[in-house]
Amino acid sequence: MKLRYLLSGAAAVAMLSSAAVAQDMTIVSWGGAYSNSQQKAYHDPYMAKNPGVNIINDESSAEAVAKLRAMNEAGNVTWDVVDVVASDAIRLCDEGLAIEIDPDTMLAPAPDGTSPTDDFGELLVSECFIPQIVYSTTFGYRTDVPEWEGREPTDICAVFDLENFPGKRSLEKRPINNMEWALLCDGVAKEDVYDVLETPEGVAQALAKLGTIKDHTIWWAAGAETPQRLADGEVVLGSTYNGRLFALIEEQNQPVKMLWDAQVFDLDGWIIPAGLSEEREKQALDYIYFATDTQRLADQAKYISYGPARASSAPLVGQHADLGIDMAPHMPTDPENAKNTFLYNYEWWADNRDDIDAKFQAWLAR
Amino acid sequence: MTTSDATGINGDRARRDAEATADNVDAQGRLLAADGRPLKASLARALRREKLRALLLIAPLLLFVVLTFVAPIADMLFRSVENSIVPNTLPRTVVALENWDSSSGEPPGDAVYAALAADLKEAAASKTHTRVGSRLNYEEPGIASLFRKSGRKIKRMEEGNYKEQFIDIDKDWGDPAVWETIQRYSGNYTPGYFLAAIDMEPSADGPRMKAEEEQIYLTLFWRTLVLSVTITGTCLLLGYPVAWLLANLPSRTANLLLILVLLPFWTSLLVRTSSWIVLLQQQGVINDTLVALGILDDQGRLQMMFNEVGTVIAMTHILLPFMILPLYSVMKTIPPSYLRAAKSLGATDWTAFWRVYFPQSVPGIGAGAILVFILAIGYYITPELVGGTSGIFISNRIAYHISSSLNWGLAAALGVILLAAVLILYYCYDRIVGIDNVKLG
Repeated sequence: MKLRYLLSGAAAVAMLSSAAVAQDMTIVSWGGAYSNSQQKAYHDPYMAKNPGVNIINDESSAEAVAKLRAMNEAGNVTWDVVDVVASDAIRLCDEGLAIEIDPDTMLAPAPDGTSPTDDFGELLVSECFIPQIVYSTTFGYRTDVPEWEGREPTDICAVFDLENFPGKRSLEKRPINNMEWALLCDGVAKEDVYDVLETPEGVAQALAKLGTIKDHTIWWAAGAETPQRLADGEVVLGSTYNGRLFALIEEQNQPVKMLWDAQVFDLDGWIIPAGLSEEREKQALDYIYFATDTQRLADQAKYISYGPARASSAPLVGQHADLGIDMAPHMPTDPENAKNTFLYNYEWWADNRDDIDAKFQAWLAR
Repeated sequence: MTTSDATGINGDRARRDAEATADNVDAQGRLLAADGRPLKASLARALRREKLRALLLIAPLLLFVVLTFVAPIADMLFRSVENSIVPNTLPRTVVALENWDSSSGEPPGDAVYAALAADLKEAAASKTHTRVGSRLNYEEPGIASLFRKSGRKIKRMEEGNYKEQFIDIDKDWGDPAVWETIQRYSGNYTPGYFLAAIDMEPSADGPRMKAEEEQIYLTLFWRTLVLSVTITGTCLLLGYPVAWLLANLPSRTANLLLILVLLPFWTSLLVRTSSWIVLLQQQGVINDTLVALGILDDQGRLQMMFNEVGTVIAMTHILLPFMILPLYSVMKTIPPSYLRAAKSLGATDWTAFWRVYFPQSVPGIGAGAILVFILAIGYYITPELVGGTSGIFISNRIAYHISSSLNWGLAAALGVILLAAVLILYYCYDRIVGIDNVKLG
């Protein structure tokens, strides 16, 4: 008698859990405020619409490329949708680790009927990648540096100007962006930057320019480091993602301002791993269709200051959910901020990253 | 006196044994067991059964270790020479290229391009062309986009005149350097990753050192070694007195102290590392205090963070318990009466310590030093956060190649070299100190 209860109970549990597994969907992202904004703008409404689906958050985006490759080799892909930056998406696509997406059949058109291909425009940088936000890597500076005697930096070359703007800088410990800024401030025209950088002399030129501030630079590896150092006064000027600076300035009220000049746009978005079962892939595509429509992308900007990747979402951007301030002026894509921007050349970096990175790291270690 | 006694007793027993077994000897003079089998065989069988049982007992663990530890590591290390992706994806091209002379300065003939067209068509259909592009891009920048672009256009390629069509897609297909790279990496195995890992590159006349501004790994290996030895040294210097105190205080105070040693051990690594940043950075607590006390002026703040000093300080703190604990457990077994005896025989404090106490604590030093050194040599999170540019380790580059560049072959080669270096050091250590001389308690 007892045994029968036990057995039927076990069977029920087994059925329940197998049913639950079938509806679990693991979404991988960056964690912190960013995952939070996705939870509120995408996950919660999606789960409300599809009560059978349970979204599990995984904060592994920083190691996504390596982990996906390992999962793929092991033949057991446990992730359904992964949030990665565009350059990682290109790498994943090249390695056959992400599936190709046809925007016009797999994504939602804009409310006015514009096709997704036109709505995302040139931001569709890889066949596997659905852009979600435009973020920028830009500089923040402290407004209370006594040695600056009231001067405020207005253009990117202030970073290399130790005379007018003395003090420590915080730069990313990788060549991308730094090399471009160095060349721009060494008299290279914007459109020639990558042509110059492709030659060994160009690399040497960029490193020489960076060399002028090397002794005054602390290098960062994680996006949170520059805001921390700015808040501590350890650096007076530093590059990081614009959303981090927004949090530092608007949420923590630190005496820091943004230097939007020559900000470098980059993209973050979704990929769907290759090797999912048909059922899971269908579910993931359904989620993507929902989460990248015009309204959803605009909603995310309520929680974090990154610009939506669809042109049709921009007019819908409203106010910050907690602070109640207009978010549009804090978007990297706002015309006032985007007077002078720099376009990051994905294809070029995909080809040259390993080579330039080796030279850059060797230069750093010297 | 005692020795002769012992032989006496043993001699007696041997004689008695011989008498007792005299009846149980077979024709060849072998001793027999009670069941008539030769005693030797019987014993071997019993031992074998014993061993088999022991093996069965540890079998689950052994299997677990082999499956989850040995096999993955072996697989990873194998990647340092493995290169089958090129011959597997471009089989016809590789064969056709065999006869091409790379020193001619001319791109290969049309037959090679025809082979490439056939290979690429197949590869593009199975979407493996970009993989081989990424692989070759580690050796020659630009090949990744060359393959990506060509894969997209290969479907529309017409029969015949392949060379022209390829150069039409991208002029780089006419560049002998691209073909030289494909030819060089056309085998199933390659020494290329190992060459790169020691700052060398292949060339027409054998391997040569890379240009000075591209050399990095040898510097990092050397730095990793020097900093790890330094960290082991500082851990010993700081840990020895603490362990001595722990071993010699009354147990109540000693237990309290032990908790203080273990407390940071249980705290998150990132928290401890970040606290060091708060303390040591130029606008940090220590510098602020020194400036406030007037010891430093505001311009002369000490640089103690984001360089090798930061790495040594933070890692010494993190690894200190690994030195203290083995030292403590060894010192606990040294009777305090030895020191008292030495002193009562007229030794000074220093002589008593150096000649009597210290030699007995050496096994603890050995164990602690090995633990700390081996942990230090593979560390990468702390150096990444506090090391700046002059305090990073080779493991930081291995981590980069595993997680960012996906150049697992190079990461594996760097890992093999690091592993080999550790094994060689371990061997030297065994020869000099003797591994039997190491005690964890």
